[in-house]
Amino acid sequence: MTVLRPVFYLALLAFIIAAPFLLPDFRTQLATLWLFIILAMTWDMTGGQMGYNSLGNILFYGAGMYIAAVVGISIVYDVGEYTNAFGGGTYKFTPTQYFIGMGLGLLLAGVLSAAIAWIMGYLLFQFRGPYFAIGTLGAAIAAGELVSNWEWVGGGQGIALPVYPGDFDVGKLFFYYLFAVMGVILFIFLRWFYTTRFAAAINAIRDDEEKAEAMGIHTLRYKLTTWAIAAFFVGIAGGISGYQLIHFEPLETAFQTINLGIFMVVCVLLGGKGTLWGPIIGAILFHVVKEVTWNYLLGWQWVALGALIVVTVVYFQDGLMGWLASKKPEWFGERVITKPDVAGEPAE
Amino acid sequence: MGIFKTVGISLAATGALLASGLVTASPAMAEECETITLGAAISLTGKYATNGVHAKNGYEYAFQKIKDNGGIMVAGKCYNFSAIYYDDESKGDRGATLAERLINQDNIQYMLGPYSSGLTKAIAPVTEQYKIPMVEAEGASRSLFNKGYKYLFAVLSTSEQYLASAITLAAEQAEKEGKDPKSVRVAIAVENDPFSLDIRAGVQEDAKKYGMQVILDEKLPRDLSDMSAILTKVKLLKPDVLIVSGHSKGAATAVRQIGEQGISVPMIAVTHCEAADVVGNFGDAANDILCSTQWAETLSYEDPIFGTAAEYEVGFKEAFPEYTDKTVPYQTAQASAAVYVFKDAFERAGTLDKEAVRDAISETDLATFYGQIRFSEAGNNIAKPMVLRQIQDGKYNVVAPSEFASHKLNWPRN
Amino acid sequence: MDQIIGNIGLLFEFPVVNLKIIIDGIMIGALFALSAYGLALVWGVMNVKNLAQGDFVIAGGYVAWSMANVGIHPFIGIPAAFVVMWGIGWLTYKLVIKRVIERDLFTSLLATFGLAIMFAQILNLMFGSDTQSIDLGYATLHLGPGGFIDVPISKLIGVVVALSLAFGVILFMKRSRMGQAIRATAQDARAARVLGIDTDKVYAFTFSLNSAICGAAGAIIVMAWVIQPFYGITYSVRAFVIVTAAGLGNLPGVIAAGLGIGALEQYGAHIFGIGYQQAIAVLLLLLVLFIRLLQQRRNRQVLQ
Repeated sequence: MTVLRPVFYLALLAFIIAAPFLLPDFRTQLATLWLFIILAMTWDMTGGQMGYNSLGNILFYGAGMYIAAVVGISIVYDVGEYTNAFGGGTYKFTPTQYFIGMGLGLLLAGVLSAAIAWIMGYLLFQFRGPYFAIGTLGAAIAAGELVSNWEWVGGGQGIALPVYPGDFDVGKLFFYYLFAVMGVILFIFLRWFYTTRFAAAINAIRDDEEKAEAMGIHTLRYKLTTWAIAAFFVGIAGGISGYQLIHFEPLETAFQTINLGIFMVVCVLLGGKGTLWGPIIGAILFHVVKEVTWNYLLGWQWVALGALIVVTVVYFQDGLMGWLASKKPEWFGERVITKPDVAGEPAE
Repeated sequence: MGIFKTVGISLAATGALLASGLVTASPAMAEECETITLGAAISLTGKYATNGVHAKNGYEYAFQKIKDNGGIMVAGKCYNFSAIYYDDESKGDRGATLAERLINQDNIQYMLGPYSSGLTKAIAPVTEQYKIPMVEAEGASRSLFNKGYKYLFAVLSTSEQYLASAITLAAEQAEKEGKDPKSVRVAIAVENDPFSLDIRAGVQEDAKKYGMQVILDEKLPRDLSDMSAILTKVKLLKPDVLIVSGHSKGAATAVRQIGEQGISVPMIAVTHCEAADVVGNFGDAANDILCSTQWAETLSYEDPIFGTAAEYEVGFKEAFPEYTDKTVPYQTAQASAAVYVFKDAFERAGTLDKEAVRDAISETDLATFYGQIRFSEAGNNIAKPMVLRQIQDGKYNVVAPSEFASHKLNWPRN
Repeated sequence: MDQIIGNIGLLFEFPVVNLKIIIDGIMIGALFALSAYGLALVWGVMNVKNLAQGDFVIAGGYVAWSMANVGIHPFIGIPAAFVVMWGIGWLTYKLVIKRVIERDLFTSLLATFGLAIMFAQILNLMFGSDTQSIDLGYATLHLGPGGFIDVPISKLIGVVVALSLAFGVILFMKRSRMGQAIRATAQDARAARVLGIDTDKVYAFTFSLNSAICGAAGAIIVMAWVIQPFYGITYSVRAFVIVTAAGLGNLPGVIAAGLGIGALEQYGAHIFGIGYQQAIAVLLLLLVLFIRLLQQRRNRQVLQ
């Protein structure tokens, strides 16, 4: 096992790098797959590991998209004028302006989304269980509605961003690798994060918040930090999506509560909550099934999605990883870690 | 009525089984004609679903008519159209993904447009970068035509023209009454989406030109089912013109509640009256409302495939009986016209090469049942005017612009 | 901003507007109350938070609408929608809800969310996404100074039917054997079971009743307003606001809260513009949640 693991990871990494060349026609879909993986993994941080099921993480996606776009535009033009110029006027960006704007935008998208999570968390983490879910869902819907009424950022028109300067195919690779690098960093981070005492504390919150509190864990601080980290990554992912999509609308694209907002939860449930690989496997499963079948169902896809959610939740709640763990505990079962410092070493 | 029936008919009519991915064979006349496959992302679910279906039916009807008239002759070979459709769920990001999918995985070389300006905005950058000519029929926002797109062509008039003519009409009417057009007060209630906001911009510009005052400017939400709050204000502020634009649901809700609340504004102008079938649903409440339209079956346009505008309406109703008791919406007519532009361009290009087809499209100067089609450098149709119809005793009669007017304007309303 | 001030100004300049807003609000609020009422039942008795609530409403509307299309009077559509939705509710209970009652609450929330998506889409496929309504062709009453306050008779009938249905259910809960069994189960399901109440039957009945009430509400809505397959969420959000505000087991309170929220929303739409309607509704939900939270905190409890 110990020898195989580095080989496995290296092979995986090689595949990730080569994927857009192996499947050149699927570059955008592969980039979207990364987006799903990132959203699922970050959702699981609070949903699976901490027991706080958010239905409103899409808020950070939308916020990130808008922040990155507004920052990117504002370093060159006045945002209000830019968004209001849909009737005329052309705004050009040099490649330098484009990349500096995007880089700065993505950074701020992450940081500000984390800040939003921190501030909102003070209020929303007062709720437990389904109230937290309803509260976060409400916050996401409200945010979308308010942004769609905010004329400075284009209101219901949304924002049209500049197109990637340079070759079109290079642009697609660029966005793929941007997502991929982020996904890999997130994976490495989480792989480490889930072995720390911090993660043990959030697991304790999930298992019994009162007891955790009684043991002296400052639960609110842990909850806020975890959600803010998740929001940081979601915000950046939203920012990248905005630049990749070029044009986005507030309700249908940025704050798409019942689409992407619910897909990420379904991904995690499919793969298995509270595991490192569950969200990834769930996202791949969901995305592939969706891309293969979705487009041919012409309207029925939403019925299928609803049925998928119901069936997963009602009959299959532990997801694929949970199912495997119960079938083959010797392979997929919980590893009991004796010394938290030696990450990933199973106890014999 | 619903998609069940529509899909059923199109399956029977054109072998659109292709669209559902079950069968990849060509339709019945395959042994004589080959198939040119067009691609389209169209809204079958979500907020634009009503009009998405209208557009799709328009495409399907045109495929059938062209086939019945001997297909498309390209360099002596005969072809028919078919299409691959995907449901874009009325969402821009989905639309963009599907456009890529059509181009990359289904190897589509020519695209038909989606429904709505927002979706077209999302898809146009993709088709542009792949250099895929797209003739679209349902995206009217001006912002589509200021980006320098070379592969985007629109058969319809841009959206700022939709209701601006109502403002002109109001100004004319004020002058007739011996009043200054400046004294006209305008109330605007439009949906918060790219199309309707563009209409609003057009109305605001024209109102400004005449020095009119906009006294009410509200946005309608996506899930509109009650606009009594706005109508109460209309009652208080007594504007001279009320402008409503919110696709089909905006028209339905507005007309119903205008009737119920007894709103008496001298001029009320609405978009999507036909698509929402306001006459069939609300009867007298719809009387004297002005409806902007890209096309009317009473206009004297004609072409060899579809016949006159009136013949188009009759033929379409035969092919799609669920429209029997309604007025055929212009969304359908312009979708058919977009397909016709492709046919014409293929025949003039004499090749299936997409660059040659693009160039042929850009040189289009075609008289159709839908009106003259000639594209500007930016890709929008500059040869066809918008018309304004008034619902008079349950009939849609053209009242503006004056050269097309068949009836006199009833003014003031009520 | 100027517009907001101007709108507030209108309220003072024409005081009759206030009355009109309140009447409009109460009329739509009565329907909100009806769907919230079912939610309070299901939530209180079986602890299931049904996010498909609004979609039951819309489905009921389509039942009445399709019957009106074949020439059956819309008034018959109300009991018909009640019956049909009873059946659909029972089926939903047997297939899905039954299996999530004992599970954690997020499960029922997500499962009913899935149901909501399915319902909306099936309605879209069956009836198309046009907005639909039944025009009863009744006149409108013009009351107040200069006939400013208009009350369409169809809406008035709707409100009366809605309120009588609500009081009928209250009576049923108080008087009938089944009503007593439901209340007993709500108080302590295990004790009820010990005392010989078949709780599974009670749950099935409660959920079907909820669905039927929603169906009737939808049948009223289609007569007086408009419906569309995707409008369910509007009613779900309102139902959650109302039940959270009124608390469980307080059925008259639900009706009062429903009317109040209807009026509040109309004020919001008047002052901020109708574009903010959905935002106002969900912000109200958050606000109500926080007020509840503060109340609970005083009792040293958490909201769960």
